[in-house]
Amino acid sequence: MQCNLCGTAEATIHLTEIVNNQILELHLCENCANEKDGGLKMQFSFNDLLTGLSDFSSLKTSEKKEIAKCSSCGLTYEEFSKTGRLGCADCYQSFGKILFPLIKRVQKGTQHVGKRPAAVQTSLGLQTDLRTLRDKLRKSILAEEFEEAARIRDQIKQVEAQVPKKNARKQDKGA
Amino acid sequence: MSVADDLMKSSCEWLRGKGEACEIVMSSRTRLARNIQGFPFPHRISKTDAEEVITIAESALKQSPCFKGSFFLRQRELTLLDRQFLLERHLISREHAGARGPVAACVTRNEIAGVMILEEDHLRIQVIESGLNLTEAWRVIDGIDSSLESVLSYAFHPSLGYLTACPTNVGTGLRASCMMHLPALVMTKQAAKILQAISKLNLAARGMYGEGTEATGNLFQISNQMTLGQSEAEILDSLERVIRQIIEHEKEARQVLVTKRKDKLEDQIWRALGALKTARLISSKETMSLLSLVRLGMDLGLIAQLERTKLNELFMKIQPSHLQKVTGKSLSSSERDFERAKLLRQELNSVSFS
Repeated sequence: MQCNLCGTAEATIHLTEIVNNQILELHLCENCANEKDGGLKMQFSFNDLLTGLSDFSSLKTSEKKEIAKCSSCGLTYEEFSKTGRLGCADCYQSFGKILFPLIKRVQKGTQHVGKRPAAVQTSLGLQTDLRTLRDKLRKSILAEEFEEAARIRDQIKQVEAQVPKKNARKQDKGA
Repeated sequence: MSVADDLMKSSCEWLRGKGEACEIVMSSRTRLARNIQGFPFPHRISKTDAEEVITIAESALKQSPCFKGSFFLRQRELTLLDRQFLLERHLISREHAGARGPVAACVTRNEIAGVMILEEDHLRIQVIESGLNLTEAWRVIDGIDSSLESVLSYAFHPSLGYLTACPTNVGTGLRASCMMHLPALVMTKQAAKILQAISKLNLAARGMYGEGTEATGNLFQISNQMTLGQSEAEILDSLERVIRQIIEHEKEARQVLVTKRKDKLEDQIWRALGALKTARLISSKETMSLLSLVRLGMDLGLIAQLERTKLNELFMKIQPSHLQKVTGKSLSSSERDFERAKLLRQELNSVSFS
């Protein structure tokens, strides 16, 4: 077995920890273990445990290549696994495949249910409105109610004009 | 004159020892992690971008009513001693104090609210209140966050919430904590057991100065571990429930000590006061554990003539850079031990053995 930190040397130190009811194992070579804390009685930070949780080693080589680097900031997965820190907001998308299962294990859930910025709040509301309106439009066209369709099309234009451009882009970025 | 000298003259609002359960819960703190859209996170940021983030943050803070008249501190304007001083006052973190690149911090005059700029995330907003008061600590920070958000564009994802450098903060970005003084649980050897139980509830226990620090002076920081999948209200509520249980356990343990081990307990407390009032050389670690006993003695009504605020402040005043600020010169470790003992004798002069 290879060391989780350097990925080259043979792991000789095996640690088991229970985090969030998940058994997590950390395998280290002696060098990395010593570097970490200068001995066996080390206190592992949450970051080490976090990266120890990832499924990176179980991915296929092609998949590994695909998520090896963030296209926005250039952070490599290897760097992330060393520091436990992402390079930019886009890393969440770039490393999504590996990050989501990891987040699922260390967090209570994967859906944010707390506070939202007011701007996002409104734009999210508008997005929902748009979706409903477009749905209505499709239905009225199918039913050949063209007058109604024209009315809905005007409504859509009105709502679209309200969606702030910046936030519309942010929505599209979503991983 | 530096900001540190300014702050030195006043005392931190959160140390005043007021509020619910203040004999056990020293302070309640909330922290929000936020990042500004369009910039890499601090550890990958270029120097130019870092300067820009600081400028953006400064102008946003200037517009926020909560930060009216507050101090805005750029790292290059601070000496190493000043940074250590801010760390000891819990206004910046250990990591922030040791940062090499351009970083900044903003602190209100009463020291209740502060923002670290370019720590692990672009913004780390914090609010500290005295006693058990998570509700107020959240109300204030929520207001600050909303006022900043009206001028800043935060990195936010519809399903992951606020995006942070470390996935352990993603979602609400909220870390809420209480600093608890638990001498009786330590003396009755129940602290380890309780702290272990806490980790099973997905809460974390740390020492006085946060992550990776030792629990000196029987002071423990209890905080939530998870930030995604729960609303802020749920996070605060479940933390408060646990805090209230720990308070009850500590009270029970104190009762046990008073009824079953009265002589030994009183002996320890009076000896602690004796040592603090007479020592000529004393380390900060020893001082912390003795002050903890004196604090317990005060809670149990043994030691009168001592104000809680004054005692709470001593926990901070005896820290290395505070001592150097008081004496106005840089001190070696042994010189500090001498000055610390001197300060303690002065401060506790009016407290008598009875």
